[in-house]
Amino acid sequence: MNPHLLEMRGISKRYRQGPVLRGVDLTVGRGEVHALVGADGAGKSTLMKILMGMIARDAGEIRIAGRPVRFRGPGEALRGGIAMIHQEPNPVLDLEVAENVFLGRELRRSALGPLGFIDRGAMRQACAVWFQRLAIDLSPTALMRDLSSAQRQLVEIVKAVSRSARIVVMDEPTSAIPGREVAVLFERIAALRAQGVSVIFISPRLEEVFWIADRISVLRDGALVASDAAAAFDRDTLVRHMAGPEPRTVLPKAVVPIGRVVLEVKGLSWGRRVRKVDFSLRSGEILGLAGLVGAGRSATVETLFGLHRASAGEVWIQGVRRTIRSPKAAIRHRIALVTEDRQRTGLNLLGTVADNLAVATLGRCARFGFSRRAREHGLADGCVRRLGLQALSRNALVSSLSAGDQQKVVLAKWLLADPAIVIFDEPTRGLDGSARRDIHLLIGELVRQGKAVLLISSELPELMGLADRILVMAGGRLTGEIPRERFSQAQIMALASPFAEVAHD
Amino acid sequence: MTELMGLLQQASIDGILAMGMMFVVISGGIDLSMGAIVACTGVMAASLAHPGQHALIVAILAPVLAGGLIGLFNGLSVARGGIPAFMVTLASMLMVRAAALGLGHGAPVPNLSRGFQAVAGAVLGPGVPCLVLYFAAVTAISAVLLRLTVFGRRVYATGGNPVAAAVSGIGVPGIRIAVYTLSGLLAGFAGVLLASRTLAGSPSAGEGCELNAIAAVLLGGASLDGGVGTWYGTLLAALFIAVLGSGLDRLHAPPSCRLAVLGLILYLAVRIGGRGRGRGR
Repeated sequence: MNPHLLEMRGISKRYRQGPVLRGVDLTVGRGEVHALVGADGAGKSTLMKILMGMIARDAGEIRIAGRPVRFRGPGEALRGGIAMIHQEPNPVLDLEVAENVFLGRELRRSALGPLGFIDRGAMRQACAVWFQRLAIDLSPTALMRDLSSAQRQLVEIVKAVSRSARIVVMDEPTSAIPGREVAVLFERIAALRAQGVSVIFISPRLEEVFWIADRISVLRDGALVASDAAAAFDRDTLVRHMAGPEPRTVLPKAVVPIGRVVLEVKGLSWGRRVRKVDFSLRSGEILGLAGLVGAGRSATVETLFGLHRASAGEVWIQGVRRTIRSPKAAIRHRIALVTEDRQRTGLNLLGTVADNLAVATLGRCARFGFSRRAREHGLADGCVRRLGLQALSRNALVSSLSAGDQQKVVLAKWLLADPAIVIFDEPTRGLDGSARRDIHLLIGELVRQGKAVLLISSELPELMGLADRILVMAGGRLTGEIPRERFSQAQIMALASPFAEVAHD
Repeated sequence: MTELMGLLQQASIDGILAMGMMFVVISGGIDLSMGAIVACTGVMAASLAHPGQHALIVAILAPVLAGGLIGLFNGLSVARGGIPAFMVTLASMLMVRAAALGLGHGAPVPNLSRGFQAVAGAVLGPGVPCLVLYFAAVTAISAVLLRLTVFGRRVYATGGNPVAAAVSGIGVPGIRIAVYTLSGLLAGFAGVLLASRTLAGSPSAGEGCELNAIAAVLLGGASLDGGVGTWYGTLLAALFIAVLGSGLDRLHAPPSCRLAVLGLILYLAVRIGGRGRGRGR
């Protein structure tokens, strides 16, 4: 009578900063792979956390097979038939596969409770049955440690369905998986579907969404903006739904004369992550670096910045060969790196705005080892004004700022260090439209000042709008270079695809 | 006045240790070896301070430097060896305590020169014990280091987010080495003072001292996750613990009572404080 296995109706959630979900409806049918897409901050993970009972909803109703439920945590959700598989599962690496599958509900020989003897054989057998049913080519006795990340995801799936989960939520399952293994994972997702299990699939890679999904729902700013069969969408309509009616303004590309070469990288390598990367960067130039997640873009700039020890290659700055073994050395050579993960590598969340702004320039602002706060504060106030930070004061804790303001704090920190080469790694990820525009304008201002910019972005419109040239990476290698007049999304995607042949030209 | 001075005197040695521990904790670490260093350097000082043997300065400086060296070893192991601070300092706690027992042949070393006894025992002018002055000086230097210098800011940055600090060009290993060395130096100084005050260097001195110091630092508002904490919080907490001790003594409460009250207050403080401080993730 009810075709929907899962029904979420009018789910709302509001945090102090404002609403994150506004009356979202989501219905998932039996044996359906349902993709949930949306920009970062659209509310996908909040919605899933509400489903799993990890956070409480303010309003709305959840029904599973017609029965209203309200879980108080992932444990209850699991008993209710929903399992969530996280981006990077955290298995017990030193146990074997079967033991991981049965972790916490080990099969026992006798009814002695926790002291009962483990029945390894039965667990291995049960595990093998599941592997067979889903046609997974894995041994139950393999050690978890020896498995690839895709295989670990598969084990997580088996763990979920063996606990009779009817709905499996997969949050960016492919983000940690190398390209060729994605197919393995997707074949198994298809097998799940054949078993009548529903999958809610979150992925930032739209090509994967089209590959696997039966239905697609799009979230934008906490609201459901579209939900339909996957065949009803194409890439452009999907992107339009995600981006919303925000005017497709031409990005504020600063047109400045391009000067001499300030940075030359020759054969830069770091193990298997970065392989013989060559490029040069000129003052006043914005050089884009495109590629899929895991293509080695971040690894390349991190190696350049001294965060990893290069295994080979040369770096020439202003015509002089330099060895950069630490960020300290990179900063001395006037390089700045605005890292991708603000919270993990960019900010001291326990500190104030002023603390964070000063951290890269403490030595320069000091006299005889004593920091001169008056001077730091003067610089900080200047930055707060210039960047239009909405923070009330430099004494605000950065943890209380919005994502956009946090990113501006990171940028300001680096601008205070007066770099000649500024590397941005996904500078607008998770930011709203106006904060994005501010960042774009700021990048323009930098090149106008004659600085050189290296820009990593997964958003092609951003990259194509701002860059003078785009380098494309895949599998740790540079696969192509495209000048501005020949920019095309199709060509970048083709070069970025790990399946593509290395460009011959 | 004399009562106040007596109280401050009680608080001094533990307070000096708490100041050292504060740097380590704010940087995101922990130093379990402080108590053992107090014992080892105390025995060492006492052995060097027999009447007419060495110059007084030797009996004071050598142990302090020894404490600093042990701290340096801790710091190097944590920063370069990548071993968790808890394990490094636990191991050095055991080794250093063993060294203290070996140096003193298992028994306290008495017979100290008058000059050495005066190091902690002297009273200046109108009844100000030297110990209180040392405590005041250590507190003042710690406050300046922590609040006013680049080093202090880097200690906070390291504890707040070591990855972000390193990306921002801060030499995180150097900061770590420095804070452990500093806590070793202060523990060495405390060892000298304790030996002078108790008229002997005892290999069993300072047992559990490091835990008292951690208690003071945490009660003073620091977090074991690092990145937060203040010198005045640590100072107040150290004084509070001393007041608590002497207050209960005056009520003729048994020592067990003091520990119980301290434990309870620490528990409550961390519970209440920790709730408001939940890290924004």
